[in-house]
Amino acid sequence: METSCKSLLKGIMEVKLKVKRFDPEKPKDNIWYQDYNIDIHPSSTILDALINIREEVDGTLGLRCACRASICGSCGMKVNGQAKLVCKTRVEEIAPKGEILLIEPMGNHTVIRDLIVDLDTFFAKIEQITPYLQPDSEPETGEFIVSNESMDKLLTEMNCIMCGLCVSECTVLEVDKTFIGPAALAKASRFVYDPRDDQTDQRLNYLNDEQGGIWDCTRCLQCVEVCPKGVSPMDRIMDLRESAIEIGAKKTHGYHHTNSFEKSVTANGRLDETRLAIESAGIFNISRLIDLIPVGLKALIRGKLPPLFPHKAEDNKKIQELAKKIKEDK
Amino acid sequence: MKFAFYPGCVARGGTPELLSSSLAVLEKLEIEVEELTKAGCTGAGVLQEKNPLLGDTINVRTLAMAEEKSLPIMTLCSTCQGVLSQANHKVKKDKDYLKKINELLKEEGYEYKGTTDVKHLLWILVEDYGLDKLKDHFIKKLSGLSFAPFYGCYMVRPSEALGFDEKPERQMYLEKIIESVGATAIEFPGKFSCCGFPVLFINQTNSLKMVSNHTGSAKDLGADAMVTPCPLCHLNLDGYQGKARKNNRGDKADLPIIHMPQMIALAMGIETKEIGLGRHIVSTEEVVNKI
Repeated sequence: METSCKSLLKGIMEVKLKVKRFDPEKPKDNIWYQDYNIDIHPSSTILDALINIREEVDGTLGLRCACRASICGSCGMKVNGQAKLVCKTRVEEIAPKGEILLIEPMGNHTVIRDLIVDLDTFFAKIEQITPYLQPDSEPETGEFIVSNESMDKLLTEMNCIMCGLCVSECTVLEVDKTFIGPAALAKASRFVYDPRDDQTDQRLNYLNDEQGGIWDCTRCLQCVEVCPKGVSPMDRIMDLRESAIEIGAKKTHGYHHTNSFEKSVTANGRLDETRLAIESAGIFNISRLIDLIPVGLKALIRGKLPPLFPHKAEDNKKIQELAKKIKEDK
Repeated sequence: MKFAFYPGCVARGGTPELLSSSLAVLEKLEIEVEELTKAGCTGAGVLQEKNPLLGDTINVRTLAMAEEKSLPIMTLCSTCQGVLSQANHKVKKDKDYLKKINELLKEEGYEYKGTTDVKHLLWILVEDYGLDKLKDHFIKKLSGLSFAPFYGCYMVRPSEALGFDEKPERQMYLEKIIESVGATAIEFPGKFSCCGFPVLFINQTNSLKMVSNHTGSAKDLGADAMVTPCPLCHLNLDGYQGKARKNNRGDKADLPIIHMPQMIALAMGIETKEIGLGRHIVSTEEVVNKI
């Protein structure tokens, strides 16, 4: 508030924008960067600046927006390399000294024109997780009655406005288009934990087994960082992993990985890297075990093979006792 | 200057050269460390997938050990730094959760009050020791070399837990320290990306694509080596670079992955053997010869 009041007194500032353009109708050289310099009030948003350009300077600039109040989720784009809702991002926050603002379309989406991306793939992935309630029977009284407490867990997931920022920054989608992705997996958790839904186990098994499912997330936290609504998609994916394990969905390398990690830390207080590699591959999975040999040999030759007998934390029995107590309290 | 030392499992396992180079640098700078020998693994976010309470309890126990000594913690690993910071942030925000964890730790005599600071060696060198003072120890200029910075996810996210609101410049420390040794920090767009290590044993195809993209593009941009404060990034980018580059780019592993303390040690003129440069899978010989 204080900043805004000060800004009102500041007057006009010059904003320099470098915008990535794309014109699909041009036969060649259809991608280029265009510089725009405009005068604008410092408290303006980047969206204000872009609309000003479109209306006053260059009517060919393509961008998508609607509510201008971070509710509709239409104006996602990259500002200086990171996805943001430009209606929520003030010029003075990003470029207080009039630095050049680099504006590009969101990543991991097909660009239709300039800053406008195609959201068909985004919504196809939402469709993939069956984004509606699936109760086994009709409610007796005409509506489902649920407690406030049981809906509390869903509040973060339900804040999602489908802006696609998390998908734009997802490091897995950069290399694997089959990954269901942070937005759709966060949406899936919204139905998994809804007490009115009766397909919980089926949903968890699908998300556990499907190529591009919950175990492909690298936990890089990009989605948590850029989400404008605090949905924290990665944390929702971690919830789903924990729940999948609880219902016994354990036939994945991901499960073996986390299980081996837990066993190692519980037993030794420290990570046993050798055991983690072998158990994650699967101790009876010969081809994956053979696959470990070349790197293992190179590491051995260079003197950096992790010790076969793991380091233990001094007094590691205390960690074993803690693990036991937590298990008993569950 | 003294710290509670938390080297992490990998510095004592798959990357012994990280530990030896860090200790060599600390000795030169006369920074005192006292290892938290009873501390457990942070869980690296992996343990937290299955047993978040155990992960947080082990980490709060570590924070309490340092608090007892009235010392800030020094880490050598982006992942350790991030996961300890996340646990610290979580219990500072949620007093009921801290109470629950302290109840579990009571039997061993620990009670965490929330005062421990957790700092990676990179942050300590810039914020506590100071780059000007650090430069006084450099006897070799690395001016002919170009390095691509690679931070590791947990050194930069979540920014809230890492104190970036108060210290946004922490996102530039790696470039600053590369420049302090006289080398050029190249503008590398992948510097905040994921190295792929967390899914190495789960989805190797994806992991190798990440390794290939980062090492290949850094090389294309003219990097002589990549410098990282994270031993997990090192393990994947160094150990699997050969296979990744062959599978995805059809070329060979040619980008050494240098631990940040090794780079400092090189500028200090410390023997390459002492800092384990011969232990890397991708040869570091060309880099050393250029100095």
